[in-house]
Amino acid sequence: MSATLDVAIWRGTEDGHFQSFAVPRREHQTVLDVVTEVQRHFDPTLSYRFACRVGMCGSCAMVVNGRPRWTCRTRVSEVAEGDRLKLEPLRNLTIVKDLAVEMTDFFDKWKDARGYFEPGPAPETDFAVVPPETRERQTANAGIECIGCGVCYSACDVVAWDQDYLGPAALNRAWTLVNDVRDRGQTERIDAVATDAGCHACHTHMSCTQFCPKQIAPTYAIAGLKRAVMKRAFGGGG
Amino acid sequence: MRASHKQRGFVAAMLHRLSGIALAIFLPLHFLALATALNGANALDSFLALTRNPLVEASEFGLVAALALHMTLGLRVLAIEFLDFRERTAAIVSVCAAAACAAGLVFVLNLG
Amino acid sequence: MTALLFAAQRLSAMVLALAVAVHLATILYASHAGLTAGAILARTHGNVAFATFYGLFVVAVAVHAPIGLLNILREWTPWRGRTLDFALVLFALMLLLLGFRAVVAVYA
Repeated sequence: MSATLDVAIWRGTEDGHFQSFAVPRREHQTVLDVVTEVQRHFDPTLSYRFACRVGMCGSCAMVVNGRPRWTCRTRVSEVAEGDRLKLEPLRNLTIVKDLAVEMTDFFDKWKDARGYFEPGPAPETDFAVVPPETRERQTANAGIECIGCGVCYSACDVVAWDQDYLGPAALNRAWTLVNDVRDRGQTERIDAVATDAGCHACHTHMSCTQFCPKQIAPTYAIAGLKRAVMKRAFGGGG
Repeated sequence: MRASHKQRGFVAAMLHRLSGIALAIFLPLHFLALATALNGANALDSFLALTRNPLVEASEFGLVAALALHMTLGLRVLAIEFLDFRERTAAIVSVCAAAACAAGLVFVLNLG
Repeated sequence: MTALLFAAQRLSAMVLALAVAVHLATILYASHAGLTAGAILARTHGNVAFATFYGLFVVAVAVHAPIGLLNILREWTPWRGRTLDFALVLFALMLLLLGFRAVVAVYA
């Protein structure tokens, strides 16, 4: 382990290139520390995103040595291959510049999957009673911590193969709402996830579940959606 | 190689997909071979005599293994999708692959 | 439509899981017992249970394989739309035709 890191960072847009920097290696350094140091002391034109820097917002997500991660929560010592780091923007999203990607498609698909609460035409006048131990609430809770960082979307092969595929985050959110007993938009939601670009396109590669920094398992949420669509199409049973 | 390609779910999905393609190509040929029996048992036997060579026997191992592999990995998918099976180890995929190889070997070692 | 194709594929998969298990056991037994083609045909000739089983097997395969190929071709090649659907329906019909022909060959 030498005193410097050999850091290759993607510059430009789709037809860009890697630019190398020799960054001093420091104890307890995170990948976000490295990117910040490059931008402040080596090349101020480097573009990247971050916000909270403590693993709460997901803004710093990028691909580190081939794996999509939150750079603020990634220790260099964990992921450096020898002294080498390779930093790329998230996959499956248009590159704005360098390490920053256009998140619009990601959030548009969230809407397309009806990943939002539907109170119905006549919202309740009092609080709904939803016991936390009920099966639906526990199922919903398993997926509601998603902060929309895009790591799962970047990791998904089906998104790479089919640009229309709604993707793991949008479908995971839809599943949490399918399990929200207060929601009145279930029919439209099931319709939304049952399209060509919906839950049936998932082939259980499980990359989303593997890489989710919040340990959410979109694969099982999508399996739940498949069952929900079948139930709606064919009634109870298999 | 992309990192996700080393994950067990991806390996399982690729083995499942590739074995499926192999079977889809093989099946019409299998049906054609069996249909030579329309001309009597001897016709089928003489056709099968053509298959008594190491290359064909190796591919037969592959096909039996592909069939067993596609079935076992398919059962895994059905379990995840319909039985809410939560797979957390790579062992399942390894077991499927091992069972498939075993099936192929049992077939091939009984020939000749 | 997607939900219908998905259901058909998963349902045929369940049928095939049973059929393939039986088929694998059968061919492994036949090869272990060293049965010749003639010996196998002697057992299958006029065997209604056999013909029914393999007939259903053929139908399940003719449903399952083309739907699987549909996903693969749409994801891995630029081919999609009506012409792809049509080609796969033809493939399904071919499997049905050749499959039933093979069943008849071994049963009759």
